[in-house]
Amino acid sequence: MVNATDTLSTQPMEPFSAAATRTINVPAARSAVLPPAQTLIAIDQLDFYYGAKQALFDVNLALDEKRVTAFIGPSGCGKSTLLRCINRMNDLIDGTAIKRGSIKIREIDIHRKDIDPIELRKRVGMVFQKSNPFPKSIYENITYGLRIQGIAKKTRLDEVVEKSLRGAALWDEVKDRLHESGLGLSGGQQQRLCIARAIAVDPEVLLMDEPCSALDPIATAKVEELIHELKKQFTIIIVTHSMQQAARCSDKTAFFYMGKLIEYADTRTIFMNPANPQTEAYVSGRFG
Amino acid sequence: MKRFFDSELETFRTHLLFMGEKAMEQVRQALKALVEGNISLADQVIAADDEIDRLEVRIDDEAIRYMNLRAPIATELRLVIVGMKASHDLERVGDEATSIAKRAVKLAAEPPLKPYVDIPRMADIALEMLRDALACFLHGDEAKAMAVVRRDSEVDSINKQLYRELTSYMIERPQSISRALELMFISKSIERIADHATNIAEEMVFLAHAKDIRHSEELKKGGGAPGV
Repeated sequence: MVNATDTLSTQPMEPFSAAATRTINVPAARSAVLPPAQTLIAIDQLDFYYGAKQALFDVNLALDEKRVTAFIGPSGCGKSTLLRCINRMNDLIDGTAIKRGSIKIREIDIHRKDIDPIELRKRVGMVFQKSNPFPKSIYENITYGLRIQGIAKKTRLDEVVEKSLRGAALWDEVKDRLHESGLGLSGGQQQRLCIARAIAVDPEVLLMDEPCSALDPIATAKVEELIHELKKQFTIIIVTHSMQQAARCSDKTAFFYMGKLIEYADTRTIFMNPANPQTEAYVSGRFG
Repeated sequence: MKRFFDSELETFRTHLLFMGEKAMEQVRQALKALVEGNISLADQVIAADDEIDRLEVRIDDEAIRYMNLRAPIATELRLVIVGMKASHDLERVGDEATSIAKRAVKLAAEPPLKPYVDIPRMADIALEMLRDALACFLHGDEAKAMAVVRRDSEVDSINKQLYRELTSYMIERPQSISRALELMFISKSIERIADHATNIAEEMVFLAHAKDIRHSEELKKGGGAPGV
């Protein structure tokens, strides 16, 4: 008969789980640095005006490819203005002008005379604060851009609809009602529909202007999760008033104040130890 | 602009410094009880440990509440986290003081093995380290914090020297074993207090610069904080 003492002394102890026997490579904490990325968008000495009023002052910024960059700052600091410069949405407003500087995407100046803003916006998609689906079916919302480009083959359109909706994490929720109105979706679903519509034309860059400000926390979490997935494919620039959202979603953060870029660094640095006291004061909620 | 909830952080900071003062006073009194063979003073030290424990719970509660309600960022976040960690160290300092006081009661029943010289000297250094580490919390003096970290080896070497000396006592005079053992434990307690001071100082560097200098070989050799 084997007594308890014998069992204890002869049997090797079972580990709690397989994980206990693996060697775990613990990365160095508090010093995580992103691997280097290539600059996709280079903003150089940009001065931007609304009529006589200067809105951006000498902005210099290199935005990384396939990364999420957050623009933060108090209202009126110029962050949305700069965002709209990147796909020339400001061209649609009378009296706006870039009086100095340039914005280059893959080293091509987007304000060059031969650049068609419509073509540019195919490469630089945008998602707005308030979801704005067209008053059409979900399917037509997604295919709208493609149809304008002259693509009419149904199999191709079907393929893009599924791919885009899957990309926007919406497919499972709407696959059985693709031909119902996009306006019948919930706020969070509508915003993801707009993201699906933006990625349907296969852009390189996605501009997001406060994409979650009208959403509840659950829908916000879904969009944030989606941003995390989308950055594998797209370069994302997000304007947000939520410090926590910028901290959660972005790789780099640019802080603007009164039309000037105050600080641009890894998000971790901006939220843990910013170099500029103004940045610290803003992210800690001391002004703005 | 001073916000209404800045006062919450001020209270948090004040409580931590108050706890630090209490812990240091406990160590001082425990040492006094040992040197003077004062049993009633030792009993007071043992009884007063509860207050330090309550302060630790309170500081944790304030920190958790602040994080929960204010979602602090940057310096504020570091302040709250560092404050919590420092309060755990201070609570352990309080425990070491209690341990010294308990051993002081036992030692008071017998004649002293030898005059108390090294132990009070060691305790003075540990207390200075603790005071300097906490002063960084008040004034953000990072150079002082680094000096505390480097001073830890001073206490370690006195502890080792005492260990050797007391071992010889035990070999030479077996009747001294129980007293020598108590003194060894007291020496170890003081060495631990210096370790807690070092932990707090390291956290103060993190508070000031968001740089983690713990377990840095470079630092042990006397270099500066990496990247600071």
